[in-house]
Amino acid sequence: MKKGITFTATLALALMLVLSACSSDNSSGKATKVVFWTFNELHQQFFESMADRWNEAHPDEKIKLVATTFPYDDNHNKLQVALQSGKGAPDLVDIEISKIGNFLKGEPQLVPLNDIVEPNKDNLVMSRLDNYAKDGQYYGIDYHVGAQVIYYNKEILDQAGVDADKIITWDDYEAAGKQVLEKTGKPMATVETTDQWSYWPLVVQHGSDLLDKDGNVTLNDQANIEVLTYLQKLVNEKVAVVAPGGFHHSEEYYGFMNGGGAASVWMPMWYMGRFTDYMADLKGKIIIKPMPVFKQGELRSSGMGGTGTVITNQSKNQELVKKFLEFAKVSKEGNIEIWKQLGFDPIRSDVWTDAAMTESNKYTDYFGKDIFTFLSSLKDEIAPTNIKEKTPAVSDVLKTKTMFQALNDLKDVKQVLDDSAASIK
Amino acid sequence: MKKLIYNQRIAPYVFVLPFVLSLAVFFVYPVLSTFIMSFQEVLPGQTHFVGLDNYRNLWDDSFYTALWNSSKYTFWTILVLIPLPLVLAVFLNSKLMKWSAFFRSTLFLPALTSVVVAGIVFRLVFGSLDNSVMNTFRHAFGLETINWLGSSTTGMLVLVILATWRYAGINIIYFMSALQAIPSELYESASIDGANTWNKFWRITLPLLKPIAIYVITISIYGGYSMFTESFILWSGNHSPNDIGLTMIGLLYRNGIEKNELGLGSAIGMILLMLTMILNVIQLRLFGLFKKED
Repeated sequence: MKKGITFTATLALALMLVLSACSSDNSSGKATKVVFWTFNELHQQFFESMADRWNEAHPDEKIKLVATTFPYDDNHNKLQVALQSGKGAPDLVDIEISKIGNFLKGEPQLVPLNDIVEPNKDNLVMSRLDNYAKDGQYYGIDYHVGAQVIYYNKEILDQAGVDADKIITWDDYEAAGKQVLEKTGKPMATVETTDQWSYWPLVVQHGSDLLDKDGNVTLNDQANIEVLTYLQKLVNEKVAVVAPGGFHHSEEYYGFMNGGGAASVWMPMWYMGRFTDYMADLKGKIIIKPMPVFKQGELRSSGMGGTGTVITNQSKNQELVKKFLEFAKVSKEGNIEIWKQLGFDPIRSDVWTDAAMTESNKYTDYFGKDIFTFLSSLKDEIAPTNIKEKTPAVSDVLKTKTMFQALNDLKDVKQVLDDSAASIK
Repeated sequence: MKKLIYNQRIAPYVFVLPFVLSLAVFFVYPVLSTFIMSFQEVLPGQTHFVGLDNYRNLWDDSFYTALWNSSKYTFWTILVLIPLPLVLAVFLNSKLMKWSAFFRSTLFLPALTSVVVAGIVFRLVFGSLDNSVMNTFRHAFGLETINWLGSSTTGMLVLVILATWRYAGINIIYFMSALQAIPSELYESASIDGANTWNKFWRITLPLLKPIAIYVITISIYGGYSMFTESFILWSGNHSPNDIGLTMIGLLYRNGIEKNELGLGSAIGMILLMLTMILNVIQLRLFGLFKKED
């Protein structure tokens, strides 16, 4: 018996040796191993499909993409630790925009991407790349523009006799909201109390921001006060309700909207995916329109959210990885795939008018075919945001204090903003 | 060589070496390096000492909020999670109890669930909508819908209920093992002397449970102050409205990781370590653990 066990164990060990020898043989072939981390499974699938295309087009420079999807926090925390300690970072990695500030502190441990960005400057929405830049060096390539839009539930608007195209200013919106409330008993809008998307785009389109160009806090300036006062007024008049679950990504919220809970919601273009995946009953009922403005002449959209793919300085094949990143996210082909696979508004504006963008996919089935015709009309009206080192801190205060105190507790707007601004060091 | 191996003086050290090594690598080294980092600004390529700056920048509103929340949570969990499991353990241990084995396993079952899954279920049960479970329960009594996770009081209530549901089973096990160690002769002789059930509980069971109760209080203080996951899941992230769910570890995580200020995060960690140690020393002294046994 004992002999049998010893024999089996020896055999197993020997097999392991042979097998591991095999696997190392395979990977030492021509393909270069490229490790990619992300926090979104769809991003992983996108990069895997782009790696296949790359290998077809570049048989002499094949890569073997090893992609992993982590939970959101883990992705950024692991990366932060790996870059801090100088060991264990991947070649390519996704960094969400509100986290990028952390990675630009000190000496960024990332590879500048100027040689793939600058030749394409004319076709790229550059404000989206400025978010990932420090001292003139571009470190990240975003997936999308994140153009801010407003989604109306046409069924509810029709019941109330409201024409979405006649809503130009926020005053029009408020009046229409009162009409909707009166005729249908439903709120016109939902506003987030534990996230920033109901607030930030309005501030940016109203000509200000949370931080100025030098990274100083402007959270309590006049434009900020006006926007938050307006939102609080909507809540007081019951034209807007606070989003069930606190923000527009909660399970309760999807259920609420899917059942026709409110007549509209303003979110960036990337929110389309939440409609198609979580609010299937609204298919064909949602129309996408530009954001209302506070006064005529203000920009009708802004670039919100985003995720930059960066290359870390621990990568052993920086030049090859850079070429692959250009292929996947800067090239025309890559940008068309970003729309087809991910449903994002790509950062190359010259593809917006491409014939490929009107081919039917699950987004055109849900929202209609002319999404990009509409987006092209907003091309020059997308207000940029200032993403700086303090962005994570501001975002934190907005999510925990400012929004909730102003829109749920209905406290004095100026006081809330002053306190919030003062709490950011 | 042989002499060295069979040396009786060295042998004990060899036997404790694995423990000492793992303690050094996984505890002493991290604590020391946290202590050093708490005096630094930690940045890639630019780490430098900043003296006491981190400790000076610590005392802001969120620190007091976190301290207050963690203290409240620890207080309530100790208040609920000592007497309740104790009484349940006495019941489960009683011969008169029917279905004892069934209740033992059902009460322990929650301890085996993942905090994340349990937290998500609790979040939905205590949702803000009219049709969430606890709100329909309120409707049955003619009360109106409330946003459970929106105010400090109800938010803390949900946290304590979650903790009770999840950890009661573990404390029951501690108390049951202690109960079973009490010799039955004590009860028998007490019965002969004419003691009733209450007297037996009060004069025999409780005093003999004291050592285990002290142990449970000690780990509850550490557990209470290190609570993080429950709050993180209930409010889907480390950001609750008005910071009603912000705990000490949440604050450490927010500063150290979310804002990438590892130095400040380390300083919070050091303060937390000192705080729980002081509390436990006081508590152990009060309950007389340091007194010499008679």
